[in-house]
Amino acid sequence: MSFLIDSSIMITSQILFFGFGWLFFMRQLFKDYEVRQYVVQVIFSVTFAFSCTMFELIIFEILKVLNSSSRYFHWKMNLCVILLILVFMVPFYIGYFIVSNIRLLHKQRLLFSCLLWLTFMYFFWKLGDPFPILSPKHGILSIEQLISRVGVIGVTLMALLSGFGAVNCPYTYMSYFLRNVTDADILALERRLLQTMDMIISKKKRMAMTRRTMFQKGEVHNKPSGFWGMIKSVTTSAPGSENLTLIQQEVDALEELSRQLFLETADLYATKERIEYSKTFKGKYFNFLGYFFSIYCVWKIFMATINIVFDRVGKTDPVTRGIEITVNYLGIQFDVKFWSQHISFILVGIIIVTSIRGLLITLTKFFYAISSS
Amino acid sequence: KMASLDRVKVLVLGDSGVGKSSLVHLLCQNQVLGNPSWTVGCSVDVRVHDYKEGTPEEKTYYIELWDVGGSVGSASSVKSTRAVFYNSVNGIILVHDLTNKKSSQNLYRWSLEALNRDLVPTGVLVTNGDYDREQFADNQIPLLVIGTKLDQIHETKRHEVLTRTAFLAEDFNAEEINLDCTNPRYLAAGSSNAVKLSRFFDKVIEKRYFLREGNQIPGFPDRKRFGGGTLKSLHY
Repeated sequence: MSFLIDSSIMITSQILFFGFGWLFFMRQLFKDYEVRQYVVQVIFSVTFAFSCTMFELIIFEILKVLNSSSRYFHWKMNLCVILLILVFMVPFYIGYFIVSNIRLLHKQRLLFSCLLWLTFMYFFWKLGDPFPILSPKHGILSIEQLISRVGVIGVTLMALLSGFGAVNCPYTYMSYFLRNVTDADILALERRLLQTMDMIISKKKRMAMTRRTMFQKGEVHNKPSGFWGMIKSVTTSAPGSENLTLIQQEVDALEELSRQLFLETADLYATKERIEYSKTFKGKYFNFLGYFFSIYCVWKIFMATINIVFDRVGKTDPVTRGIEITVNYLGIQFDVKFWSQHISFILVGIIIVTSIRGLLITLTKFFYAISSS
Repeated sequence: KMASLDRVKVLVLGDSGVGKSSLVHLLCQNQVLGNPSWTVGCSVDVRVHDYKEGTPEEKTYYIELWDVGGSVGSASSVKSTRAVFYNSVNGIILVHDLTNKKSSQNLYRWSLEALNRDLVPTGVLVTNGDYDREQFADNQIPLLVIGTKLDQIHETKRHEVLTRTAFLAEDFNAEEINLDCTNPRYLAAGSSNAVKLSRFFDKVIEKRYFLREGNQIPGFPDRKRFGGGTLKSLHY
């Protein structure tokens, strides 16, 4: 009976998370685009829902909510579903959509996506070789094999992200790193950009006119294609088309220049906005935080280097150590075990919330950065 | 001989991936673009157009097609950078993808971005993107709406899609053309699409050269930042 109540609570929360993931996908990630394949949205929401359920189960475990056996059952079910999605569905669909985009392989895309998935599985399996995972208790086709590999990849990724965040965070928050950008700089750069565009236009006008006269005279400009085409174009070529290829090369160089200038100008505008933002109260507050964060990040990097160089492994977690220090040096009476567990729990909760929020924000930024067509 | 031809500037606007680069390539070089890649910043191409073709007043003009890349939801720094291309525009081609409704809806925001930028002197866009028919009523710049990827619309859905786009073109008070940029036959000489295109370019040239006794197109003054005259001196 209690199992049914617990299950219904779990399933309700799962549906809530699924709905949240669905809305996030629709409103944030795909704000300007139309969803063609609903499969992607469904898989995203399902993965999000089951991941959040895992967090939820950990919290329930600490708080001792719900029946212990039903928690265990849901935990196992959760793990199985997530592993299924992570190892089977997501790589397969990624391979499938990549293959669908390549025109050559379009016809046999199912076959090629299966091949891609098998390659992925091979490397995934190879990953576990250096680690002592295989033991007589578990056998080879068990859940432990998958979890251990997924765990290794996951922890490495988290470490990479954390390291990147440690370096990027002070750079973003502190205004010390902001170059000084004046309006005159921006104007000068824009002027150069427009001048480059004008040069491109004048060359393209020449090309268009040349093509038109050639067309009227009956010559046809063939771009040299293939091996023999290149050899032929070395010896014989109509003067018109020779001119065209020369001008085309100049145009290509100018277009590259215009792209660079455009990106630089956009960069200057962004820096100018950051400078304006840093002058507001919010900006000043973040700048202040930035100083603290950078000190913390530098300390973290330093400690990590020392740990690696001297091969140290931490024995107790920082919270317990902090409480021990407090108890020993300040003489305050603490029930160490009780408080350390609750404080750790609160910290775990904070870490979970901020990491979900950080993940969603990073996803949005990453998506906007790469989405162009 | 080349410099004596006058210039006309037409913007090509639309969401990422609708096919603006393919369209511009088709219009200017009469060839299909073999390897489309995404546009950073702005890419320009030139089309040689015979104004009033077949009549004694026939004259050849260069039409510059400025293909501005990006999405309508870009960061404001990118939007401010893009705004430099919207100077002294003589015509706007709005491109949308027939298979993607959002790209059609975003055309309203695109046109507002290009048409409204001169109303705010600080150069920062303040529009909230709301579509206001009045702004289009007294708009002097000729617009043309082009829908791409027509070949990907199934026969049964064609009528519904074309009705929707007809309403869209009406909202902009513009002509519309629907085609597939990978097939030159849609713009073959003599086809109704080619006639519409020719009429549009003629209208742009007329507004630029033949209707401007007062020397300014009302509602669209040139940007004052470079001190009025100097910007014009950058163009010939």
